[in-house]
Amino acid sequence: MKAWPEAATIEERGLPVAVVDHGAGNLVSIRQALSAVGAEPRLATHPGDLEGVAAIVLPGVGAAAPAMERLAEAGLVPAIASWVADGRPLLGICLGLQLLFDGSDEDGAQTFGFVPGRSVLLRNAPRLPHIGWNQVERVRDHPVFAGTAPDADFYFVHSYAGQPAAEARSTVLAETEHGERFVSVLATSTVVGVQFHPERSGADGLRLLGNFVRWATAIDADRGARTVPAGAGGGRGGD
Amino acid sequence: MLRRRVIPCLDVANGRVVKGTRFVDLVDEGDPAELAARYADEGADEIVFLDISAAPEGRATLLDVVERTARRAFVPLTVGGGVRTVEEFRAVLRAGADKVSLNTAAVTDPSLIERCARVFGRQAVVVAIDARRSDRGWDVVVKGGREATGLEAVAWAARAVERGAGELLVTSIDRDGTRSGYDTDLLWAVSDAVSVPVIASGGAADPSDFVAAVRDGNADAVLAASVFHRRIHSIGEVKRAMAAAGIPVRLGRAA
Repeated sequence: MKAWPEAATIEERGLPVAVVDHGAGNLVSIRQALSAVGAEPRLATHPGDLEGVAAIVLPGVGAAAPAMERLAEAGLVPAIASWVADGRPLLGICLGLQLLFDGSDEDGAQTFGFVPGRSVLLRNAPRLPHIGWNQVERVRDHPVFAGTAPDADFYFVHSYAGQPAAEARSTVLAETEHGERFVSVLATSTVVGVQFHPERSGADGLRLLGNFVRWATAIDADRGARTVPAGAGGGRGGD
Repeated sequence: MLRRRVIPCLDVANGRVVKGTRFVDLVDEGDPAELAARYADEGADEIVFLDISAAPEGRATLLDVVERTARRAFVPLTVGGGVRTVEEFRAVLRAGADKVSLNTAAVTDPSLIERCARVFGRQAVVVAIDARRSDRGWDVVVKGGREATGLEAVAWAARAVERGAGELLVTSIDRDGTRSGYDTDLLWAVSDAVSVPVIASGGAADPSDFVAAVRDGNADAVLAASVFHRRIHSIGEVKRAMAAAGIPVRLGRAA
């Protein structure tokens, strides 16, 4: 048996991934799903919790304003903004995707602004919230889709959706139909957003999460080798 | 296209799945987390747990069941039964549920719907309505049909949605446990009165009942308990019947 953790690299131990906790919902599922794909999830409630992780997952349900307020109170707004400005990997899930835009029509909240555009109500939807499994129709390929069908079903629960500005249309990776077409997956060079819940989307959801973790690892490797120094217990020693 | 959902419902008492007509002749059917995981593998689109524990200590056991299920089944979980406060609602979500259904407590104090929706978002708030046919249409009843509330079901459905319900779980108490099919008139009336998704419950026996709930009742999701527990029909059989009737369902591939 290998000496552990002294000799273990991050890859062998599972990539440490911060799961941002802003107080409202179910984080059991996302943590469990990340563990199932070999990552090492850590709850992040303040900026110090982002030290030593290789990627951030920004989950969330509900409205944008209270989420941004809680993130601001925790000091996580500037921390996440500088993380993304540094070109480090982040996955926004559901509300987490909507927060990537400039603002939300839901309550006028100002959000992160990583992607030009706004979150808008699905006005033409036959029923809202849009709840259930729906097809995610790929318009552009991306490593996060590896091993999934080009129109695989994922589980959605939302009423608003991110609408990229004209100059940000190139970020769109997939769309979904519910009375109108909306963006269900988008990506910049280091940030991915999914409107559905991969942690609640069965085998394909786990595939997508595993793909994100691998993609994040590659981005991380590009930024320079990151291994856990000898004797570092919690993986924070490198900072 | 959005799929119509097929949802097995697990009645849980003191941490065990029980079956029978919902509130009588309870028979121990095993560990809820085990059963939920099996249903997820068989294609369940969601899982609903209804806590019917008589004793208060049943609640702690239920949270443990929810957490154990959330750790193995990567499909959405809705939990109902006895939630009366925002804090209890939060505890169920933190244990791993995605949605919580409110029933009696919402009837007693409709502001609970609003308060929970404000904190957790309306998508997390399911209002469960138990309805019984009456001269004026359908009456809302609680405690498994043993107690009248004075509310008319369709009007209450509309009011619950105004207050912040993101989804309605509509059970026909007349049909529940009778295996005589869903009350599609009730489903249609509620579905027509609200803009949120409606889950049909009560009376499922044959795959054609599930088809009727969607086709004649306009239900967005169909829920059943004993038909699945007793293995009379599998989730796959039900979904194939729905697909054959032209209803969009998630058939997917094996995990």
